[in-house]
Amino acid sequence: MKAGRREFLKSAAAVTASAALLSVPSFARGAAPRVVVVGGGFAGASCARALRKADPSIAVTLVEANATFTACPFSNAVIAGLRELSAQQFTYERVAADGIVVARTAATAVDAQARSVTLADGTRLPYDRLILAPGIDIRWGALPGYDEAAAGHMPHAWRAGEQTLLLRRQLDAMEDGGLVVISAPANPFRCPPGPYERASLIAHYLKTKKPRSKLIVLDAKDTFSKQRLFQSAWNELYPGLLEWVPLSKGGNVTSVDAATRTLVTDFGRHKATVANVIPPQKAGRIADAAGVADRSGWCPIDPVTFESKLQPRIHVIGDAAIAGAMPKSAFSANAQAKTCAEAVARLVTGGAPSVPKLINTCYSLVAPDYGISIAGVYQPSSGQLAEVPGSGGVSPADAPRAMRALEAALGESWFRTITAETFG
Amino acid sequence: MRRVLAAAIGCASIAATVVASAEPPAGAAACSGCHPASTRVTSPVPRLAGLDQARIVRAMEEFRSGKRAATVMDRIAKGFTDDEIQAIAAWYASQR
Repeated sequence: MKAGRREFLKSAAAVTASAALLSVPSFARGAAPRVVVVGGGFAGASCARALRKADPSIAVTLVEANATFTACPFSNAVIAGLRELSAQQFTYERVAADGIVVARTAATAVDAQARSVTLADGTRLPYDRLILAPGIDIRWGALPGYDEAAAGHMPHAWRAGEQTLLLRRQLDAMEDGGLVVISAPANPFRCPPGPYERASLIAHYLKTKKPRSKLIVLDAKDTFSKQRLFQSAWNELYPGLLEWVPLSKGGNVTSVDAATRTLVTDFGRHKATVANVIPPQKAGRIADAAGVADRSGWCPIDPVTFESKLQPRIHVIGDAAIAGAMPKSAFSANAQAKTCAEAVARLVTGGAPSVPKLINTCYSLVAPDYGISIAGVYQPSSGQLAEVPGSGGVSPADAPRAMRALEAALGESWFRTITAETFG
Repeated sequence: MRRVLAAAIGCASIAATVVASAEPPAGAAACSGCHPASTRVTSPVPRLAGLDQARIVRAMEEFRSGKRAATVMDRIAKGFTDDEIQAIAAWYASQR
């Protein structure tokens, strides 16, 4: 890590010295093209590695404040006591070993005109192309009563780590017969099937450990991802235990009171023993600072290159991007990262990017041995990423339990594969 | 100065050509989300690099037509044309 830091400082100094030449593309000066990637999650780390693979002459810096990445996929299993948080955690040694300069600090500002990123210590890092992969931020205050202090009582657990463990501890501490309430936000948000997988696995925990308890999901929507599959499995596995309340039946949570763990809807109040508030979200903070987020809080992009529609030479990938029909998932983030890396590798050497095709696959667990999936194939169409007609869809409604068990196992192997490609 | 620049651009375009030939065709990069790129990963999902081109093409055609049993590959294969399948299969067959 020390060598990495020294390398980083050295290259930063070298780059500063040549700042006068900024207006000429690096490749035209014969210098290595410089690409800075901000954010070391599934999108950012995948992209940094894919850039080096696409063209080893590109100087890639990955800016990430945390030494350890904690993955969200499968964190619902941690909450339900089926998995340890350590199985979710990854470091950046192998990323650095690919020749990527890993700058362990936060990016605080972007100057799109001068093409530089400002780091927490004031260093300015010049780039030819910037790739932002900041994931999500919680939209604090969007739900009245839900601020950072409230999250200490009613965890969101929507960014994995301490929040995940807090929710798990609260479930552990709850007596049998308690009421667990999950509130799910309106679209768009990170991991569309996530709240329902979480509800499923918490229901599994309650059924096996605290069977007199009840779980209510208060939803700001009337429909959700893999809905029929989830609901049919809930009827089969958790009858009378798990109740889903849609928007049209009064599911929309309008405010919360953290002190009493109360969730207020237009139709009533729910005083929970354990409350999991999945709040409204937006693109990670640097997106706003860089001027690439629009009024929705998310980032419009070109579907071929993932270049921002608001700022030239800045690309946005992963959950922060408005990627048309592609969901905000780890699989999408990784697929977008590789597509964006190919496009940027061409652009920094004066080439033209080719039209991509992308895939998403998301597995959800309804129980430890009961998996369901959704898959899609996407291509640029009318300025957006659109689903290829006739492709994609969810697991069959009438599949036998052996198929559900197989999909649960495939979900686990997907996690091993994608984390190995991203971090391993 | 102009000559230097021209030479630099000349080098860059040679480099770009090399990169272009190695660039995965549309759709290919996404496969490694599930199909391990690394030999170190244990998975029931096959690694694609180095597989016979005709074998990949046949599998994709059979997934697409429903002839071969699948979990997600039937849904994914339906998103690809014959030409795209050929290009992806050729690219993976050439990888190691």
